Amino acid sequence: MTAPTVTLSSVAKRYGRIEAVKDVSFELEQGQTVALVGHNGAGKTTLIKLMLGLIRPTQGTVQVLGKDPARGDFAVRQRLGYLPESVSFHMALTGRETLAFYARLKRVDVSDMAGLFERVGLAPAAADRPVRTYSKGMRQRLGLAQALLGAPRVLLLDEPTSGLDPALRRNFYELVSGLRSAGTTILLSSHALTELEDRTDRVIIVNEGVTIADGTLEKLRGIARLPTRISVTLADGAGITAPSGGQVAWKAVRDRTFEAEVAPENKISILRDVTTDPAAVAALHVVEPTLDELYAHFLGGRGMMR
Amino acid sequence: MNNILIVARKEIQEGLRNRWVLATTLLLAALALTLSFLGSAPTGNVGVNQLDVVIVSLSSLTIFLVPLIALLLAHDAIVGEIERGTMLLLISYPIGRRQIIFGKFLGHLAILAFATLFGYGTAAAALALTGTEIGLASWWAFLAMITSSILLGMVFIAIGYVTSALSSERSTAGGIAIGVWLFFVLIYDMALLGVLVAAEGRPLPSGLLDILLVLNPTDAYRLLNLGSGEAGALSGLGGIAGHTGLNGPMLVAALVAWIAAPLTLALRIFSRREL
Repeated sequence: MTAPTVTLSSVAKRYGRIEAVKDVSFELEQGQTVALVGHNGAGKTTLIKLMLGLIRPTQGTVQVLGKDPARGDFAVRQRLGYLPESVSFHMALTGRETLAFYARLKRVDVSDMAGLFERVGLAPAAADRPVRTYSKGMRQRLGLAQALLGAPRVLLLDEPTSGLDPALRRNFYELVSGLRSAGTTILLSSHALTELEDRTDRVIIVNEGVTIADGTLEKLRGIARLPTRISVTLADGAGITAPSGGQVAWKAVRDRTFEAEVAPENKISILRDVTTDPAAVAALHVVEPTLDELYAHFLGGRGMMR
Repeated sequence: MNNILIVARKEIQEGLRNRWVLATTLLLAALALTLSFLGSAPTGNVGVNQLDVVIVSLSSLTIFLVPLIALLLAHDAIVGEIERGTMLLLISYPIGRRQIIFGKFLGHLAILAFATLFGYGTAAAALALTGTEIGLASWWAFLAMITSSILLGMVFIAIGYVTSALSSERSTAGGIAIGVWLFFVLIYDMALLGVLVAAEGRPLPSGLLDILLVLNPTDAYRLLNLGSGEAGALSGLGGIAGHTGLNGPMLVAALVAWIAAPLTLALRIFSRREL
């Protein structure tokens, strides 16, 4: 395995008396898509600024592509893409002029821009209009275009899908998966948990400046031990009693439909019990705990400990 | 292309787009034309070179207007970008904060220089076109006046950056900028006049007067343009100029110091500022 692209070791950042980040450590690998999840004010933006080298940690060290980003090493910043939360641009310039300005700063050939506009879905006609006339979604797309300048190895996206409609979100995540297979490390912060579900390799949950969970979705589900919801609809011919399976509390939700919440370790055996007679089952749904539930679980656990 | 030039280019592009360049050039041209034709009416053609009269009136105009334009351009430069959120993205790019400031300075300087050169240039061109005889010496004096006007503008652009780097809100920066303008353009001279009156005709020690004149960039500018030659006789400032030990190069040096010091200060404040 190659060296991690981003390393944070016991990083803390204080603004005056406010501790924005208390103690956060993690490593991001090449080609990994990581979701940074937390409430507003949990320290997500501060962490991203630390990785960009815009601010220096009060304690601990930050390494991006093997260097300390706060040292102002331009070679590192050239390989870094950043999309700020609610990105804004110079209103008087057109989209094309704006992107050309950033491309020159990153020493990227300005002629590559047409392809970028296409990738983020900005029509050529729109690119020649002043940014003042852009909708929120178009600004977000322009923001994404500038983050993608120069094929970055690390992409830091702060709330990238806010303001995008569902079609654009899908478009955005297609773009992300393309980049992931190209080996780009992508860190995206979000509140919109449900849409991250299948798109991230790993979830880091921060709260009040502390990492409270870090791992793949599977691993976190294992730790949280949240129940899986199984819903069974019995076939017409079968009896209308609840399916067998002793230790489970089945609950009738509709006619012939029963639901139960099952602990992870019982899941498979119960599924086997339910499906012993395939003819008796008309429909079967297995709903794994969602990211939202996980998030609520970890935040709730945190709250109870204090 | 160098980062400084990239930022300067963007500032000029923005200045052209939001009509700053057009507006300031037209304003300066209109005022310069008005002053040169109305101002020449009472003097007639009694031996005074007309362009010298124009230099005197335009210098007086510069003292009021150029610092104001410079401060309006500059007070927004840093705090405005921070407030709009564009600064956060910019500093995440491979560019140093020093380069951002110098780039902006170069861009704003270009806008101001263009407006001054073409605004005031029209007045001189109009005089020449209407058939006025203009001596070579007067042309040089006119060129020196434009150059020093641009220098004065640079002073106030630099001061504007200090207010912009210090303030946490645009409106604060704007307020401070207006205060700075009032102080240097009006209050300082009134206070100086008050001191001179209070001295009841006793001459101030000439060293003190020199320092007082150099401590205000607009006074240094005034003395530079109105203190010597034909203009000195016309403006009546020749009297003061005779009492001071300040000469042209010293006054230019004072203006340059007035550019360098605030620019360094703005740079230092901006570099330490956390976003």
